[in-house]
Amino acid sequence: MENQLNISSSPHIRSKVTSSNIMLMVTIALLPASAFGVYNFGMDALLMLIVTTATAVLTEFIYEKLMHKKITIGDFSAVVTGLLLGLNMPPTAPLWMGALGSVFAILIVKQLFGGLGQNFMNPALGARCFLLISFAGQMTKFVYDGETGPTPLAYLKEGALSSVNSMDMLIGRIPGTIGETSVIAIIIGAIFLIMLGIIDLRIPGTYIVTFVLFIGIFGQFSDANVGFFDPQFITAELCGGGLMLGAWFMATDYVTSPITKSGQIVYGIVLGLLTGLFRLFGGSSEGVSYAIIISNLLVPLIEKVTLPKPFGKGGEK
Amino acid sequence: MNSCGERLKNGLIDENPIFVLMLGMCPTLAVTTSAMNGIGMGLSTTAVLVMSNMLISMLRKIIPDSVRMPAFIVVVASFVTIVDFLMEGYTPSLYDSLGIYIPLIVVNCIILGRAESYASKNPVLPSIFDGLGMGLGFTVGLLAIGAVREIIGAGQIFGKQILPLADSTMGKAGYTPITIFILAPGAFLVLAGLAAIQNKVKINMEKKGKDASKIQSGCGSDCATCAGCASTADKGKE
Repeated sequence: MENQLNISSSPHIRSKVTSSNIMLMVTIALLPASAFGVYNFGMDALLMLIVTTATAVLTEFIYEKLMHKKITIGDFSAVVTGLLLGLNMPPTAPLWMGALGSVFAILIVKQLFGGLGQNFMNPALGARCFLLISFAGQMTKFVYDGETGPTPLAYLKEGALSSVNSMDMLIGRIPGTIGETSVIAIIIGAIFLIMLGIIDLRIPGTYIVTFVLFIGIFGQFSDANVGFFDPQFITAELCGGGLMLGAWFMATDYVTSPITKSGQIVYGIVLGLLTGLFRLFGGSSEGVSYAIIISNLLVPLIEKVTLPKPFGKGGEK
Repeated sequence: MNSCGERLKNGLIDENPIFVLMLGMCPTLAVTTSAMNGIGMGLSTTAVLVMSNMLISMLRKIIPDSVRMPAFIVVVASFVTIVDFLMEGYTPSLYDSLGIYIPLIVVNCIILGRAESYASKNPVLPSIFDGLGMGLGFTVGLLAIGAVREIIGAGQIFGKQILPLADSTMGKAGYTPITIFILAPGAFLVLAGLAAIQNKVKINMEKKGKDASKIQSGCGSDCATCAGCASTADKGKE
């Protein structure tokens, strides 16, 4: 009786893709950026990443325990949120700030709106903006090699294009938040996710292309030294700040991005336009996090407009 | 007098304009950056509310039904103008910090709402107490929101520093204010949090079958006089 036939109703072919699988893969994809952040900024960065991740998981566990809900810390979504928040923190920020951000991300942005799949904006970015508004000084103080200095984006904002080194920015030897500095490390993680089919190019692709077009055309209006489609300016804007981390890992969050294909393209274009607007004409040199959470809020509208018609219904008039 | 006491309790607890009726949200969210602003706004609204409820109740048989809204607005606007000038004269700093929200009391939905739903249908004395109860309920709500926002957002209460601030340049440990709480998003967070806490307490009280009247912090001795929980019966009446 070894070859027992198993008779069951459909479905017979089951996908192995689950929430926890995907989240685990995203966590792995974030490791290069995390590792480079730790290499770049030292133990402070490692401690910050541990604190934000642990607090996020712990908050989720305690909340679900107290509310008598199913414990979902096994699905790694809290790990991803905590890790992303940690990568968005400056390495010099006090640890309690990271912990506070994690509690805000999980408790207020995620769980109070119904947990995984129900949050209306990216929890890590919601918490980052919460901290950015609350502690503007500490959240924008970047120390690199023992010196407090402006980020490359801040140089660009001041119109000092010549003082940024694109090669350093590509590798990540620049001041910034823990995970955003190294474009190469982020791209390695992104390629890993693309190869697994977890993310596709639609959102990050349209995001980056729109952004490049926008700053290529309008860069000259914010800075007189920058020409029309100035290659050095575009490279510096692309590699600086949180654009890469945001485009590949945060804009592509399943929960807060549109599910329709045309909607994802609209979403990417909105992201690119907003980021360009904030960076070139806004008060601050960085604008990725605000652009993403504002676009998150537009997602229900985008989905409503781009919902495909079911076959056979509502023919053309 | 029984109905007067009941009106007070109704305004403070059963139909608290902020936490239960969710009325007057614009001033609630905008001016509660500190406890003092909350009290100032609450008390000036209470003054207008009591006076307008009284006058509208007196005039309730004279005002024709078809033009009652303009009539109410005229009455309310007159009292707001008086309060506006009095505050400008006697409490200039509070007047400055409340700004446009003093004249905007005219269109505060609590005042028009009480005029429409209570004062225009009931005798003078209960109307006065209805205004007083609603006004005090509004004040307690604003005070609670303002105090929480001021403590978390600045470490102060009524302008006094109660939490010693951290000073990184001198290496002094202490409290770092979470500035977002005295900015606009903080108002929403605190309002939602307090409303959730008070709902939780209310539900627990009802479950245990206890008197739900002692839940409002800052309600003070007034709670002793209000007995019984007649919220459902009262809502049915209106």
